[in-house]
Amino acid sequence: MPIAELYREQYGRILATLIRVLGDFDVAEEALQEAFAAALEQWPTQGTPASPAAWIVATARHKAVDRLRRRAWLHKRRDEIERHLQASAPEDDAPVPDDQLRLIFTCCHPALVVEAQVALTLRTLCGLSTEEIARAFLVPGPTMAQRLVRAKAKIRDAAIPYQVPPDRELGERLDAVMAVVYLVFNEGYSASFGSQVVRPPLCEQAIRLGRMLTELLPAQPECRALLALMLLHDARSSTRVDQNGDIVLLEDQDRASWNHAQIAEGAALVEAVLRAGPPGRYALEAAIAALHAQAPRAAATDWPQIAALYGLLVRVHPSPVVELNRAVAVAMADGLERGLAIIDQLDARGELASYHLLSVARAELLRRLARLEDAAAAYRRALGLVKNEVERRHLERRLSEIEG
Amino acid sequence: MQYMLLIYGDEKQRARVPESERNAVFQQYMDFTQGIVKSGHFRAGDALEPTASATTVRVKSGQAVTTDGPFAETKEQLGGYYLIEAKNLDEAVAIAARIPAARMGGSIEVRPVMPTPKVEK
Repeated sequence: MPIAELYREQYGRILATLIRVLGDFDVAEEALQEAFAAALEQWPTQGTPASPAAWIVATARHKAVDRLRRRAWLHKRRDEIERHLQASAPEDDAPVPDDQLRLIFTCCHPALVVEAQVALTLRTLCGLSTEEIARAFLVPGPTMAQRLVRAKAKIRDAAIPYQVPPDRELGERLDAVMAVVYLVFNEGYSASFGSQVVRPPLCEQAIRLGRMLTELLPAQPECRALLALMLLHDARSSTRVDQNGDIVLLEDQDRASWNHAQIAEGAALVEAVLRAGPPGRYALEAAIAALHAQAPRAAATDWPQIAALYGLLVRVHPSPVVELNRAVAVAMADGLERGLAIIDQLDARGELASYHLLSVARAELLRRLARLEDAAAAYRRALGLVKNEVERRHLERRLSEIEG
Repeated sequence: MQYMLLIYGDEKQRARVPESERNAVFQQYMDFTQGIVKSGHFRAGDALEPTASATTVRVKSGQAVTTDGPFAETKEQLGGYYLIEAKNLDEAVAIAARIPAARMGGSIEVRPVMPTPKVEK
């Protein structure tokens, strides 16, 4: 395996093992960089070792030992790392699957702010550079670097454990991990700000993390459901914007261009999860996504079934945004007026006052009901709230269509 | 690893608790403290007098200047603390969650105690 590929594919796995062996994020990261640098130097002339990953871990372990001798550490920290190193024999250098699980549970620990959880997960498990993460979230590089430094300092200073949580806490902690993975996906899939709608590298990394979770926790149906949900959404991503970078609505998308193999994979996963027991949040969302993705034409969408699934989702995962989505499904299944009434009730509650998609949904239903003046007012309200430039252009076009 | 568990709560609200209930809360604290003494986590712990009894000291141009009252007026005040030994943050948080104030509307701030370097001989 070429070194660049090893780095891209195995970075997180190797780092996870090294953190276990060394007991320290920073020392592990630095040693890993040095080990890869050594590989670049030695492999081309001496040949690639039989087990490249094990070679990297063993080399990194030596580099870390050298580094500890060279550096003036705070004694306590040096003692701790040395104790850690002595406690594990070189035989322990072989990566075990639990290493990555330990790492993701540490990165997504609830004692860290969510932004830091996301950054740390992308940096360590996905091997993205600080610059890449900064670019993906449109923050300056130094800001992102600071965020990572602070998070790692907290892990060390507060002694956030490097372990898979015990069974009684696993459910709650896994929810936090899945929330981070889904947040990465959503930021990639429908960027909440900036000039692009879709940021594919984030989707790809989120799906990769999703696959990792399903492999490491095969007994958790919600992990498989989350993977299915991401696969189903991602399968449609290439058709969501046209060649000018403008939004194409679901009903207007070229269904032949969807990734049908990925839809089949996602749909099979959801079906298996639904057969296994009562569906959770991600299973319901994935089932809805599967119904959309499997409709041969927009007009053939099974709206009554989708509305029913949203009804269940409101109970399992109550949120005003889910209620809004349910309202749209009800409008399509049972009549526009019915859906509009639910949206107006929701609007009156005020929880979504700054959420532009409520106004967008209202505007669309009003337009279809030929109440054009009300629709125009709703589009204007949405325009006052929208932050993404591409969405703004789309709403301006809709508004000028009904005004013209 | 040592952690300081700082117990914050609304002391005005605490002052309004009737005598009988106050005794029950006191008993809960006794039970909790005994529990962490037995499990080996306890290092120290005390309740503090209300902030009305606080004095704040600063030194300005070499002179100690004292003012009446706490360092900052806040909605929740520091009312007590525990110093515990725990193997990691998860264990410290689990112990903090058992402090009676935590389920009576108060907040527990969990702060790791900074390790001090060993003095070389």
